[in-house]
Order: sequence, then C-alpha cells, then structure tokens
Amino acid sequence: MRLSSKHLTLLILLAIVALAPLAFPSNFYYRIGALAFVNGLAVTGLVILIGFAGQVSLGHAGFAGIGAYTCALAPIYLGLHPALAMLLGTVISAGIAWLIGGPILRLKGYYLGVATLGFGILVSMVLANEVPITGGADGREVPELGLRAALKFIGIDLSNAQFWYAFTALFLLGGAWVASNLHDSAAGRALRALHDSEIAAGTVGVDVARYKLSAFVLSAVYASLSGSLLALMNKFITPDVAGFLHSVELVTMTVLGGAGSVPGAIAGATLLTLLPQALTALQAYEHMILGLIMMLVMIFMRDGLVPTLSRALRGRG
Amino acid sequence: MKSVLKAAVAALMIGVASPALADIKIGSTVSETGPASSLGDPEAKTLRMLVDEINAAGGVLGEKIELVSYDDAGDPNKARTFATRLIEDDEVVAIVGGSTTATTMSIMQVVADAEIPFISLAGALEIVDPVQPWTFKTPHTDRMACGKIFENMKAGGLTKIGLISGSDGFGASMRKHCVDIAGDYGIEILADEIYGPTDADMTPQLTNLRSKEGVQAILNAGFGQGPAIVTRNYGQLGIKTPLYQSHGVASKAFIELAGPASNGVKIPGTAILIADQLSQDDPQYAVVTAYRKIYEEKAGSPASTFGGYAHDALRLLVDAINRAGAAEPQAIRDAIEQTKGFVGVTGAFNMSATDHLGLDLSAFRMLEIKDGNWVLLQ
Amino acid sequence: MTELLQYLVSGTTVGAAYALVALGFTIIYNASDVVNFAQGEFVMLGGMVTFFAWQAGVPLPLAALLAIVAAAVIGVLLNKLAIERAGAAPVVSLIIITIGASIFLRGGAQLVFDKQLHRFPGFSGDEPMNVGGVTILPQGLWVVAVAVMVFVLLYVFFTRTLTGKAILATANNRVAAKLVGINTDYMMSLSFALSAAIGALAGILMTPISLTSYDLGVPFALKGFAAAMLGGMGVPVGALVGGLLLGLIEALTAGLVSSTYKDAVAFIVILVVLFWMPQGLFGRKSMERV
Repeated sequence: MRLSSKHLTLLILLAIVALAPLAFPSNFYYRIGALAFVNGLAVTGLVILIGFAGQVSLGHAGFAGIGAYTCALAPIYLGLHPALAMLLGTVISAGIAWLIGGPILRLKGYYLGVATLGFGILVSMVLANEVPITGGADGREVPELGLRAALKFIGIDLSNAQFWYAFTALFLLGGAWVASNLHDSAAGRALRALHDSEIAAGTVGVDVARYKLSAFVLSAVYASLSGSLLALMNKFITPDVAGFLHSVELVTMTVLGGAGSVPGAIAGATLLTLLPQALTALQAYEHMILGLIMMLVMIFMRDGLVPTLSRALRGRG
Repeated sequence: MKSVLKAAVAALMIGVASPALADIKIGSTVSETGPASSLGDPEAKTLRMLVDEINAAGGVLGEKIELVSYDDAGDPNKARTFATRLIEDDEVVAIVGGSTTATTMSIMQVVADAEIPFISLAGALEIVDPVQPWTFKTPHTDRMACGKIFENMKAGGLTKIGLISGSDGFGASMRKHCVDIAGDYGIEILADEIYGPTDADMTPQLTNLRSKEGVQAILNAGFGQGPAIVTRNYGQLGIKTPLYQSHGVASKAFIELAGPASNGVKIPGTAILIADQLSQDDPQYAVVTAYRKIYEEKAGSPASTFGGYAHDALRLLVDAINRAGAAEPQAIRDAIEQTKGFVGVTGAFNMSATDHLGLDLSAFRMLEIKDGNWVLLQ
Repeated sequence: MTELLQYLVSGTTVGAAYALVALGFTIIYNASDVVNFAQGEFVMLGGMVTFFAWQAGVPLPLAALLAIVAAAVIGVLLNKLAIERAGAAPVVSLIIITIGASIFLRGGAQLVFDKQLHRFPGFSGDEPMNVGGVTILPQGLWVVAVAVMVFVLLYVFFTRTLTGKAILATANNRVAAKLVGINTDYMMSLSFALSAAIGALAGILMTPISLTSYDLGVPFALKGFAAAMLGGMGVPVGALVGGLLLGLIEALTAGLVSSTYKDAVAFIVILVVLFWMPQGLFGRKSMERV
C-alpha cells in the first residue's frame, strides 16, 4: 500500500502533465506550465532540505543563479555545449554547497536562515557587479539549447513553448521520482528523524552532520538545474534569478503547498506561478489578494495545501 | 491522492481569462510596481489616458483601440511571460512597454519570434544597436545622455570629474557608456563610486569624491530615490563643484525631494519639464502643452519625461497604423520604420531601416534647476 | 581624518535605524519565537502615514503620533487575525504568514496612498551642522538619540517591570506562563503593538534622510533581520550593537574599500561572526528538548 501510493503520485503527476495541454487554448499556457515545472523542480529540492531534513534556506536562489549563469557563460568562455554547461552548473553548485554546507549547517533555525541569505546575496551581488563578464543588472543573453532543432530534424516538430513544456516536465518528473524514492529509503528515514529532533537522531546513531550536508548538496543541485532551465528557456538571464526575493518565493511555494510532501510542494509552485496570471484582471488588488491567500492557507491549512486537503479527503472517505 | 489531481486541475483552470472582442488590440507590459515604478507608473497612466482620448475622438481607422496592459513589476521573467500572453492569448497587433532595459531585452526575443512590432520605453543603446527588425524605442539612449552632459562640461571648462552611479541596471548601463565615451570629449574620470538603489545614505561615497584632488564636477547616473539622496548629501557635505544628474531624475518631484541643494543641478532633459517656458513657435510647443494638460488633469500630478516616452510610443504607433491603413503587424512595423518628422514630447523622430530610435541630440536640452524650477540653459 | 569621522557619522545614523528595526524583530521573537518578516512594512507605514497626515494639514508631531498608533493597531490586528488563529502551526508556516502580511500591507499602501516617493522636513530643520569639518544633520542626531532611548526603555521594561517579565515568560514556556496566571494572549498582542510602534518610529525618523515610499519595507526588513541575527536574536543589546555595527561596516567599506561591494562585506562579516559564535554576538545558548 505504501509503495503503490508513491507510484500512484508519480503516475497522477505524469497524467496531469500529459493531459493538461488538451485544455490549453494557446501557446501561452505551455509557457505557464513550463514556468510552474521549473519552479516545481527547485521547490522539490527544498522539500528534501526543509520538509525531510528540517533545515531552512533563504538563499537557494543563489544556486539557481549559479546554474543559470553557467549556462550563459560556459558556452562562450569554455566553448561548452549548453547541455554540458547545465551539467557543469550542477557540479559547481554541488561543490559550493558542499564547501559552505560544512560550516553553515552547524547553525540552527534563523541563524542558518541568515547565513544562507548572506550566501544568496553574495552570489547575486557578484552577478550584478561583474559587468564585463555577467552583463550586470541588465542581464545577458543565453545560447540556444538546440535540442528543438534536433527534434525537428528527426520529425518531431514542436513549437518553442511546447518543447519547453515537455522538456521541463521531464526534469520535474525525474526530480520528483528521485525525491519520492529518497523519502522511503533509509537515508530518507534518517533525514526525517533529524527533522524531528537532531539530538534524538544523533543518539540513535544517525550521522547528523553528514545527512544534513547531503540534503543541502542535493537541494542545491535541484535549484541549479531549475536556474539552468530558466536561463535556457528564456535565452536571457538577469541577476534577479539569484535574488533574495526569488529565494523567499521558493520557500513560500514549498511551505504553502506542504513542505513535507513532493506533490504538495509542486502544487504550491503551480499555485504561486498561476496566481499572478489569474489576478491580472484585478490588477490594483493583485498584491493584497496574493498576500491574503498566503495568510489564509497557512492559518487554515497549517501543514500546507496538499497534506491538509488529502487528510480531509481521506477522513471523509 | 485524488486531492493532488483536483488541486492541480483547479489551479490550472483559474488561469483561463476570457478574451473580449476588440477592434484594434494594443498590448503593454510596464513596471507599474517594483523598483522601476517611478518610471512605469507614469507610463501606464499615460497609455490609459491617451487610449481613452483617442477612442473618444473616434479611434483609429474608424475603429476603437483596446489596451491590454500588464504590470511586470520590473521582473524580466514576468515581462517575458506577459509578452507571450499578449501575443499568444490576447492576440495584440503591437506592444508598447518594457520600462527597464532588462525587461525590454526579455520582450525583444518574444516579439522577434512572433513578428509583432514592439516600441520600448527603456534607455540602453543595446536595444536599437544592432537594429532588431521588430523593436523600436522612444527614449534617448544613455550614451546620448553622457554625450550631452560631457558637451556641456567641456564648454564650461570642466574636464576632470568624479562619477557616482546606482548599481541598478539604469545606473550601471549609463556608467558603462559614460566611461566609454569620456575620452572622446576629453573628459577624465578621476573617481568612480557606486551606491545601492535602496541605500539610505551616500555621504561616504560623496566624501570620497569631495576629497579627491582635482575633481571639477560630479556626475550621478541613477533614478528613483538614489539621486535625490545623493543631491541632499551633496548639500549636507557642502560640496561646491557643480553637480550633474542624468535624465533619470527628469521630473518635478525630484526638485521637491532633493530640496534646496538641487539648485544648480544640471541634467539633459526634454521639453516636457519646461513646457511653460517654450515659445509658441517651438515645433514641440503644441504636442508638449497638450500632453501636459491631459496628464495633469487626469493623473493629478506633474507630467514627467517617462510618461512622455509612453506618449510618444503610443502616438507613433497610432500614426503608423493610420499610414499603414491596416492594423496588421507587418504593415505596422514597416510604417513605424518609415516614420519621418514625427514630433513627440521627447523630440522629432525620423526612423529608418538602420535607425529604430530616430532621435538626434537636438531635442535633448540641457536644463538647470533655478529657484526650485527647471529652466533651459542657453 | 575628517573623512573617517564623516564615514562614522554616516554609519552611526544608518546603523541606529537598522538597530530600531532589529529591536522590533527582537520583541516579537521574544514573545512568540516568530521572526516577523512584515516588520519592514511597519517602517513603511510610519513614513507614509505621517507624510499623508502631515500633507492633509495635521501638525508633524501629531501626524507622527497618528502613524505610530496606526502601525500599532495593524500590529495587533496581525496578531489577532493571523498569528493567534494559526495557533500551534509550525514556525515556517508562521513565517509565511508574516511574508503574506508583508505583501498584503505593501499592496494596500500602494492603493490607499500612492507609488511616489515622499519626504517631510527634519524635526529640527534640515540645516547641517559643521563640527570641525564634519557635517551632521540634526535629523541624524534624532535617529541615534531615539534608538538609544528606545533601547534603554526596553531594557528597563524587560528587566524591571512585571509586564516585561511576563512577556519573556510567555516566550519561554507558554503553558507554564498560563499556569502562573499570565494572560499570554494579551502579552502577545502587546508585543506586536510595541514592535510595530518601534518600526513605525524608525520609518518616521528616517523619512527626512532617506525618503519614504510604499515599497521601502523590504530593504529595511532585510537589514534589520541581518542586524538582529548578527547581535543574537532575542537580545535587545544584540539588536542595538548589531544594527550599529552593520551600519558602520557598510559606511566604512564604502568609504575606505569599495562602494561596489559594501553590502557583500557586511554579509561576509555576519558569516564569519556566526562561524565563531553560532548564536550571534550576544545570543543565548538555546537548549533543545528531546
């Protein structure tokens, strides 16, 4: 029962991704879908860090920035193909996460929050200030991935928006699959034990520092991939991708949907990607309504949207 | 587990907006909120009031204009999404917007793929150089602003200057171009300081400029609250060397915020700031007076240069649709490119296949603040 | 030498404002363990309400008082309508509530007021004083004096008064506090009112120096939060020292090293301090119950 529920979740996710386009009136909806998937990927990484391991980060956009700018710069300065640049981005992000993770993960709660915040701000400052290399605050162009042209060559002709919808969906599904497997593995149990109490986990023999670091590195890889995808999809990137506001947005998506569950966090990412689009009709009131929804969800659904809803449904049925 | 599906489907459904039937649909995405709202707010207001005015006067080609406008909050990623929405979902025939260079760059790629004409309201030279077939713009470039300022400095015998600029896109881009062309005017930049767009105090940077040996003038590139605080700090420190600001402060509000220290500040500006001082035979007299009147009536605040950019963009577009005789993207694009002698609030536009700005330095006027008012420098 | 003193003047003024914001964070944290990310919006409300009341003809001191009361009322509402109702929700959920409140208040301010920059005159005029080549704005002295005064009052309040001690008891153990007869709901509301009032005060004091607008809350919240963490969250003296230090580091870096990376240097210092002192400069060692 436990095993099938995991597979069911992934299957439902796959079905939604595959069937949703049937209801899309225009290419614009593919773009919104792709944005939700890109956000969902970073947020899935944060589920591992926040939901499983119980560690907060207010600077994960920094890793998204590293992933994005590696895709922008490596093809030019190192002659790498953008796909390889994406891989290089994850290696750099993982390396940096591993290096800084050691000292800063000793910090707890809000202190960890401010340390990660500092990291994110340092990344975005470098991106904004090293104008000759990064293009500065006005951003810079990112090379074409080229995969769509290759697909066309073998007979699969997708519009740009359709291609990115499908491509980012693959990453999200893969990311969700890895995270769900992790959840039920020995490592996942160790992480969740440490979420409940680090001291208790330590006494029963969990190597707390090592598991925390692994969760941090893994979540950095997710964020880095998300940044790379965003850069390649938009073919243009600015330091905003690494900014404090983007970090906060990612954490908000995670918690709003339900930090403890992968489908929950993806729902949170989708909701916060769609809301600004749905609220354009109310333009002047957009921010008030957005803030109000965030507060209401957290007041009435303490564990986040999806866990609360699914509990309510199960309770009734 | 059904809940996942239900939540996701429900979430997907909210996004559906109902497209209304329209005659001529024009789209806009500007930064009404966010860090560039001091540019985007007057732009959005201007577009709305002008569309109302044009429709009240009978519209274009006998049809009414419908303006679909979004607020991208200065976020390039959002700007790209809204540009996609305008083209794919709202099916507009042209787009006006992009308050900042970064948002403009995002929109440019979308319009190039979809082949929809776009008139940008942002400053950077890179928007029109190299020329992109579907992108035009109305503000003078930041490079032109540097040139105009340096010309004035040189004429006044000021050749050694201290530069201070905001770290936002506007400040950084103008800084780059000023450093680039300073040599052409025989200007030497002795000191180069940066401040953050939301910093509360810039006295450390200005203290450094003050104590730098040989600085004859100070130039600040920035917009928003930064330049006002720089000017106040300049007054506080009792600095005597002349202060030049960029066109990013070209509004009446700046004088109020910067206080008495703003007296003597020089900027390259447009006619809208000195509308009441224009002579009746100035070619811009009619258009500037008319725009200023309608803006101040409807918005209840003084008109600014930024609203003027939006005014010119929309009027250029309407003029092009009239000449094209059809509201088709390709025809509109071609007509914009053929614009000749179009007099706007910012200046006279003469577009061509190699010039998608069409302004020269003649409409850029050096202005100075005297007794709390903008006056034209002769 | 004059240059160095001028940097110090700048750093102290801005740092005192950070300290006030940090003190606001400290009070709510002490009562509820929540870091209130809407703290910056109280700073914004202080400036904006004062400006619009002043512009409508209310004398400046009265307008400032009005703004402080308005912010305090909104602070209490935030507690009553949101934080209290969320009850035993996880701390991350409470943080998202405060972020939601911050977006809500900013959106409201943009509707009720406007999106322009505003300023009102300094309390003792805007004429700078020249002390041996160093220029000081009278408003800068106001900011520093008020920050120190607020700190002293808070110190006395938390250590010498029954109500202050009751707030600390509420934070330490709400059930135990209730058992000994403390009205914990009232203590929470009081903390929010106090914190919002101090935030508004910071906004009012800074407006003549750095202007105000509907969206300046976020940068203030960011710096105030960093200052509070540098000093050690929950400790008033930490907030004061953290704020002043952050302001001084920024000004000295801008003046002596590089104005491009002044914020970066500030955060590097915070990271280094936390590396050696994981609870900040004055933070208490907390115990985790198993």
